[in-house]
Amino acid sequence: MNRDTAWYIATRIFKVLFTVWVVTTLIFFLIRLMPSNPIEQYVQNLVVQYGMSYEEANSRAMSLFSIDLNKNLFLQYVDYLKAAVRLDFGTSFLSPGVKVSTIIASRLPWTLFTVGTGLILSFLIGIVLGAISAYRRDSWYEPIISGVSSFLSAIPDFLIAIFIILMFGVFTWGGAKSIIPIFQMRGNYGAGVTQGFNWPFIKSIFAHGFGPIMTYFFSQIGIWVILMKGSTTGCLNADYAIIARARGLHPKKILSSYIGRNAMLPIATEFAMRLGFIIGGSLIIEQLFVYQGIGLELLKATTNRDYPLMQGIFLVMTIAIVLSNLLAEIVYSILDPRIRAEGGRKHV
Amino acid sequence: MSKTPTAAQLNLTTTTRLSRNLRHLRSAIFGDPIGSVGFFLLLAIILMSVFGPIWFPLDTISDPTKLLNPPSAEHFLGTDHLGRDIWAQIVSGGRELLLMAFLTASIAVVLGIFLGSFSALVGGKFDEMLLFFADVWLTIPRFPLLVVLSGFFTLDALALALVLAILSWAGLYRTVRAQVLSLRSRDFIEVAFMLDMPKLYIIFKEVLPNMMGFIVANFTLLMRAAIYAQVGLVFLGLLPLDQNWGVMINVAWNQGVIYNPDAIWFLLSPTIVICLLILSLVWISRSMEEFFNPGLRK
Repeated sequence: MNRDTAWYIATRIFKVLFTVWVVTTLIFFLIRLMPSNPIEQYVQNLVVQYGMSYEEANSRAMSLFSIDLNKNLFLQYVDYLKAAVRLDFGTSFLSPGVKVSTIIASRLPWTLFTVGTGLILSFLIGIVLGAISAYRRDSWYEPIISGVSSFLSAIPDFLIAIFIILMFGVFTWGGAKSIIPIFQMRGNYGAGVTQGFNWPFIKSIFAHGFGPIMTYFFSQIGIWVILMKGSTTGCLNADYAIIARARGLHPKKILSSYIGRNAMLPIATEFAMRLGFIIGGSLIIEQLFVYQGIGLELLKATTNRDYPLMQGIFLVMTIAIVLSNLLAEIVYSILDPRIRAEGGRKHV
Repeated sequence: MSKTPTAAQLNLTTTTRLSRNLRHLRSAIFGDPIGSVGFFLLLAIILMSVFGPIWFPLDTISDPTKLLNPPSAEHFLGTDHLGRDIWAQIVSGGRELLLMAFLTASIAVVLGIFLGSFSALVGGKFDEMLLFFADVWLTIPRFPLLVVLSGFFTLDALALALVLAILSWAGLYRTVRAQVLSLRSRDFIEVAFMLDMPKLYIIFKEVLPNMMGFIVANFTLLMRAAIYAQVGLVFLGLLPLDQNWGVMINVAWNQGVIYNPDAIWFLLSPTIVICLLILSLVWISRSMEEFFNPGLRK
């Protein structure tokens, strides 16, 4: 690693820290400074409804939000930042005594599992389809692949989810039963399986994860096909591809080791960026499939005004996105040294 | 070239340039079959939402004798859980959504164009700072932020449009900035700079007319994002709105319509209309991009 790379990565890491700081600050001031902010509301509520004294209500709020209201705002802000650095977001309102970080740790793996599986599947298949449709531009199936991809990439993911539930879980297609029993389209795993590393549990996880995974798959695959097709088309006419053809290499060999590798380059970084993006978009999908992931938890926290949980999950989502962006940029700068000289990746 | 052009001369050149660009827009849409399908689809949806409610007024009272009926001659998409006609709800459900999306896209486009072209024309530290800030802004997860915000405020349609526009300025800012930077080196902009014209004048008279197709393409994409966000929030029950397609999906879902084959159109019809609307927007923007950005064509 030379000095350019090190400098490049250092600026990126600075950007990551800055972004996380902006988001934490935003949340702090939303909670503390807004008129009728949650802490004031909570204190008012205790005073009016339960007849507590103002001091008592204040101290109760302080312990709940883990904020020392007697300090001035700046010191409170410093305290809050210190706690956030340790990923300590206090305890949940809804389930008193349970740490926010515990809830997040138990929910995040489920979201990562479904989003990750769906994304990897769509990436692998999309890239193959995209490369084929660019390479065989004149075939009869190319318009079909391109048409379906642009169609799928346009439709909002939650509408795809509704269609998937209908297609697999509801319509009987002339038979007596739907393809998948509808109860398998809800929840994370079936009743009566014990959690742990055993076959029924793993089978149940995949059966119940099918809905969300398919949703992420269908909502993402169009984008990969389109990106890969564009990228491959660009590489087809590059000098090295023409020379490879002139040398009489087998078309398959050219596609896989000459064009494919270079065409993959810009797309591989997009993969990491998408990962973070979909974690943020998992909210509605998890609601539709009643899938107990981080998105559904954020929704529950919001509808129940569970502010510590809300801010914790939102921060974790931001960190996930920021880290996956960072990963994308580092991978790209290692794969393609030109980018460091130009001083930044061109965003599409 | 010692004589500076008079205002009349300048106006003449810009109006011809604008009309040329409008002509380009037209051929961009109608020269491409997908673009024209998108255009007419959007037109049909707009006409339906504007004039439809006159012929198909909403049922205001419920009719307990025909709850969740299947499609029939009288109610050709069936009835909802209160016995009201679904077709009438579809017809009236688009107006609010379209208006909100249009408003959001307008505000976001204005923000993006102003910041983007200023940033590119001013340059220097201001440009660098704004670019960095836009980068940071882009990484904040937008939909979860909207969900969190709706926990703090009650967002009505207008507030939502404003918030959405502010949340989506950064993407357009970056692309406008890049466009203006590439335009900047062109002769006519150089001349405008040499003549020491005010920056606002340059933006409006020289830069904007040359980015029409680009702006329209982004406008439709912004509308799409606004529709996604609004329907999503409404579906989650986080927005207080009375009559639109997102609300219909929400109600149909919560009524468990999905298990009732007779009433499936209560859920399916708003879903399909939203898909059609979004597809029409995407198709229009794609035909624009292909026309104005020939590098994308094969």
